[in-house]
Amino acid sequence: MNKKRGPLAHIVKRSEISWQAAWMIRILAIAASIAACALVTFLLTGDDPVSVFRTIWEGSFASERRLWVLLQNISILLIISLAMAPAFRMRFWNIGGEGQVMMGVLATASCMIMLGGKIPNALLIVIEIAAAVAAGAIWAAIPAFFKSKWNTNETLFTLMMNYVATQLVAYFIIIWESPRGSGKIGIINQSTQYGWLPQIGEYKYLLTVLVAVILTVLLYIYMNKSKHGYELAVVGESERTARYIGIKVGRVFVRTMLLSGAICGIAGLLMVGSTDHTMTTTLAGGRGFTAVMVAWMAKFNPVGMIFTSFLLAFLSKGAGEVATNFGLNQSFSDILSSIIIFFLIGCEFFIQYKIMFRKEAK
Amino acid sequence: MENKVPAVRMRGITKTFAAGKVVANNHVSIDINRGEILSLLGENGSGKTTLMNMLSGIYCPDSGQIEVDGREVSIRSPKDALNLGIGMIHQHYKLVDVMTATQNIILGLKEEKYDLKAASARVREICQRYGFDLNPDQKVYDMTVSQKQTVEIVKVLYRKADILILDEPTAVLTPQETEKLFVVLRNMKKDNKAVIIITHKLNEVLEISDRVDILRAGEFVGSLKTSETNAQEMTDMMVGHAVALNINRPEPKNPEPRIVISGLTVRSEEGLLKLDDVSFTVNSGEILGIAGISNSGQKELLEAISGLQPVEKGDITYIGPDGKKVSLIGKDPLDIQRMGVALSFVPEDRLGMGLVGNMDMTDNMMLRSFRQGKGLFVNRTKPRAVATRVRDTLEVVTPGLTTPVRRLSGGNVQKVLVGREIETAPSVLLTAYAVRGLDINSSYAIYDLMNQQKERGIAVVYVGEDLDVLLELADRILVLCGGKVSGILDGRTTNKYEVGSMMTTLGGGEAR
Repeated sequence: MNKKRGPLAHIVKRSEISWQAAWMIRILAIAASIAACALVTFLLTGDDPVSVFRTIWEGSFASERRLWVLLQNISILLIISLAMAPAFRMRFWNIGGEGQVMMGVLATASCMIMLGGKIPNALLIVIEIAAAVAAGAIWAAIPAFFKSKWNTNETLFTLMMNYVATQLVAYFIIIWESPRGSGKIGIINQSTQYGWLPQIGEYKYLLTVLVAVILTVLLYIYMNKSKHGYELAVVGESERTARYIGIKVGRVFVRTMLLSGAICGIAGLLMVGSTDHTMTTTLAGGRGFTAVMVAWMAKFNPVGMIFTSFLLAFLSKGAGEVATNFGLNQSFSDILSSIIIFFLIGCEFFIQYKIMFRKEAK
Repeated sequence: MENKVPAVRMRGITKTFAAGKVVANNHVSIDINRGEILSLLGENGSGKTTLMNMLSGIYCPDSGQIEVDGREVSIRSPKDALNLGIGMIHQHYKLVDVMTATQNIILGLKEEKYDLKAASARVREICQRYGFDLNPDQKVYDMTVSQKQTVEIVKVLYRKADILILDEPTAVLTPQETEKLFVVLRNMKKDNKAVIIITHKLNEVLEISDRVDILRAGEFVGSLKTSETNAQEMTDMMVGHAVALNINRPEPKNPEPRIVISGLTVRSEEGLLKLDDVSFTVNSGEILGIAGISNSGQKELLEAISGLQPVEKGDITYIGPDGKKVSLIGKDPLDIQRMGVALSFVPEDRLGMGLVGNMDMTDNMMLRSFRQGKGLFVNRTKPRAVATRVRDTLEVVTPGLTTPVRRLSGGNVQKVLVGREIETAPSVLLTAYAVRGLDINSSYAIYDLMNQQKERGIAVVYVGEDLDVLLELADRILVLCGGKVSGILDGRTTNKYEVGSMMTTLGGGEAR
């Protein structure tokens, strides 16, 4: 008879959760995801799980070079995530980070190719920076403008803009390909280094890291202390309240997306101008999407994003390392990263909700 | 009747939310009998609806037993409830607009063959038996609120429910429609059905029910025979201590026109006429009440004055205390603020429009003032001071200034909002449903605030739903009917029936 009392377990929304508890859940999820990765690796390949863990660690920390690569990865991911934060806090679902970065890439590369050697190098770099920022900003502001005027769906719009940007890049790669027939652009201005951003000391990646740190501080101040930051938070929480107190919602959309796009443009600029010195269609490498997750997991707090971008960059490097070290291909590393991401996103459910088991009636 | 097994017996029902932190019902036991109308009385938040939701299968109790006709049952879904003959009519109707009454009624009945004619005939038969006024072939979008409610009730009866729960059924009805509903309910009682109405209106309890069960803060306080009690006794039980029931109404102080509206016409985005040639004057130092069935243009009227609603025709003129006249047409809310015209607008939907639920009190106070000061950055010093002052003067109960306002109770949220609007030192205060969802004590605190503003010479516009309150609080009452002014009455001399008939018919033609 007691069986008829109610369902065995039901789900309850948590009213609040301390940040310690939330991080505890995330750490457990990471542990579980690594265990799952080890299990999958063991079952599919027969390799020893402990060496899998060691490989993940070594992927990032085994040498100074690897550490720098990790730092660069984190920095680029962090910059793109910072770009996502204001728009997402405004509940403007911008998933076009990928395309906005690619436009920054394209603008930088075209300046380097078209103007390299024709104008003084310092002027070239200034033009390059302006072009990258403007290209990203405009690319992001187009969907915002359409949303504010005709209430178009920003998710679809920004997603579509990604494909357009990637195709534009593909088109120009063919035009500028070098050597002819290779279907790609080699290192741009390799001998002259025209348009290359200056290197700080002997550290190739330090500039990227510094820019990421500066942007984190600036974004933190912008979102928490400025009038703009306050306005976009109000718009995100309630568009109706925003209208009611006289905030011009459409204008805030466009303004915030200009900022988001500009920061994405900077990410593109750094990749072409400072580290890679070339342009490929996969340069952004899905980071425009990963950044959404980074920003979300940190609740759009720029400081928190340092940790979340570290986490994701570290784990995906580790997954790649496992795949190579054990003689497996790229798809295997994709499987491992997907397992990790699945656990990381999945654990948010347990942060939002709680499962209650039926208490036996006394 | 005596010693019969009750239709429903609930014993020791406990239900908690938020992991046991909020106790909605604490060991509540009630009986529901056939051939009887039971009122479940209690203030907002006392757990009436939660209790009934457990009976209708929306929630599962944490502990306790439910018996139907003497048999212990477990109700795990609304379907289980209906199989036991229990049907609930919720406050928010769940109907498909583009379908007819009959289509809505048979929606989701898989067991039956889809035969509209037969269904319509049965609907007609049910209507005849209980005296409903319903055309089975009418589309829902053509219906009044009262007709939609009828569809919901018939829907439950069609599914052969004989235990009916109605959640605040009269909240959206005019007095005349309420009477019609009561006739129907009495017919159901004669048919030996068990009827439960959830309410907080005392006069209705006295008028319709045989017995009243009272809840307070989730606990069962007592069961009374309606014939042996009175409003004062019920109020005292409901609130827990004696409350004076009358509202203050000071005489208006040298009223002079503050806002003059003439020929105001407003269309919704879909082109529907929402306000039609509305003209009236709002005076300083008085409370102008606005009455009307819901959605008669109240929202559009307030939004037009505050610049949120584009105006098709007509004029709104603001006359400042210094005698300066300014037209408010075509100005957006910010312009109206910047022109120095102090309009404070307490919107209908507090959290959706007036406040930001996830922000704390300080940030909510800042909504009106964050643009002040030069520079790119916001200064939270002054808003924090304002928040502290509002909390202290209005006795807002909050764990702290940094608690998000959505975690405060309804009454406290309302105080935060009204407090902020008053802090802007307005000359006109527009409020809509200022006491919606508040308990009696908070409601009185709000009435007092309105009266204080009035005595300070502010023009107060009060859109209300409870006619009894409007009649006691307002100096003049403007009655809206379908977007037109049905009449302007003196709050001191008019009565509920006059207002009620003007709400349904222009000029109150049907007045009795």
